[in-house]
Amino acid sequence: MLRYLIPLVIFVVLAVFLAIGLTRDPHELKSVLINKPAPSFRVSQLKASDKTISNEDMRGKVWLLNVWASWCIACRDEHPYLIEYAKSGVVPIYGLNYKDRREDALAWLGELGDPYTASAVDLDGRVGIDYGVYGAPETYVIDQSGMIRLKHVGPLMPDVWSEKILPVVQELNRQGK
Amino acid sequence: MNNPNEMNKSGREACLRPSNSGGKPLFLTCSFLLSCSILLALICLLAPFAKAQVQEEEVPSDDPVIEQRLANLSRELRCLQCQNQTLADSPAGLAADLRREIRLQMKAGKSDKEIIAFLTQRYGDFILYRPRVTFTTYLLWFGPFVLLLGGLYLLFHYIKQRRDLITEKPLSADEHRRAEELLASIPGKETT
Repeated sequence: MLRYLIPLVIFVVLAVFLAIGLTRDPHELKSVLINKPAPSFRVSQLKASDKTISNEDMRGKVWLLNVWASWCIACRDEHPYLIEYAKSGVVPIYGLNYKDRREDALAWLGELGDPYTASAVDLDGRVGIDYGVYGAPETYVIDQSGMIRLKHVGPLMPDVWSEKILPVVQELNRQGK
Repeated sequence: MNNPNEMNKSGREACLRPSNSGGKPLFLTCSFLLSCSILLALICLLAPFAKAQVQEEEVPSDDPVIEQRLANLSRELRCLQCQNQTLADSPAGLAADLRREIRLQMKAGKSDKEIIAFLTQRYGDFILYRPRVTFTTYLLWFGPFVLLLGGLYLLFHYIKQRRDLITEKPLSADEHRRAEELLASIPGKETT
């Protein structure tokens, strides 16, 4: 009996592990920057190109950094929802316009609406490297003290927003008070 | 059919009309038109996304030592956009950006170790094709050897057991007596 049972057990264990492996998305990488200070940047703003924007400007509040670009197809999916989230006023969303032409980016915001309090321009992707960006859209939750608390890779669809982002933002806001 | 508009229309109508005055078989015309319209539909679908990301042209360093070091180092690094390619042979924009960054850092006199530290601080150990030996990768590094040793143990165990089974041992006096008894009890043997 045992000689048949052992291969069966091995097979079942292997099958379970492989099945779990299949459900995981290999493109979703855990960021090493969680609970680390957000990398600093000071770059020009998208709309007011004569002004700069830095992560230091947002110190003292919880904010989102959303990496987006007009060439990014998935960004188009999340965009209407971003506008809704921004309207709700729960948390300010700042954009990192990643490797995009200024005129393309401005046309995009003109056409689809602008959910961003401000957008930072990262033309050569250098800020992106510091944040470990490997595919837009990506979203970071940054707390009052400038620490990255969460990173989401992929579009911020409503389920992600309500299950992943919102609880963290609300918890951080509660702690900050 | 002198009207040019009529001429244009005739192609589409050819699919509908059973008799065709043209030389080509009907199905050829239809499939050609079908593939044209599929292509057109694809172009229309993709057109809004035709914007490309801004990509600076990659300029190789004029220092051959740096280029050689980059070639060696980038073979050890993973492109995070197309994960099964190294940084050396990935055409992705991010890979080009990272190669540019590595060149800059090499020019600034950073060692390979410092550059790897720079990259893993941002992208994690996943960027390394050769995983580091850490607590979480013990199973990865040593698992195969454990399996090998376990397999060898089972193999020797099995061989030893088999050898014990097939070697003939002389019967003890007691066993001898029982064998005699058994043989004697066979009815056919009694008569002879």
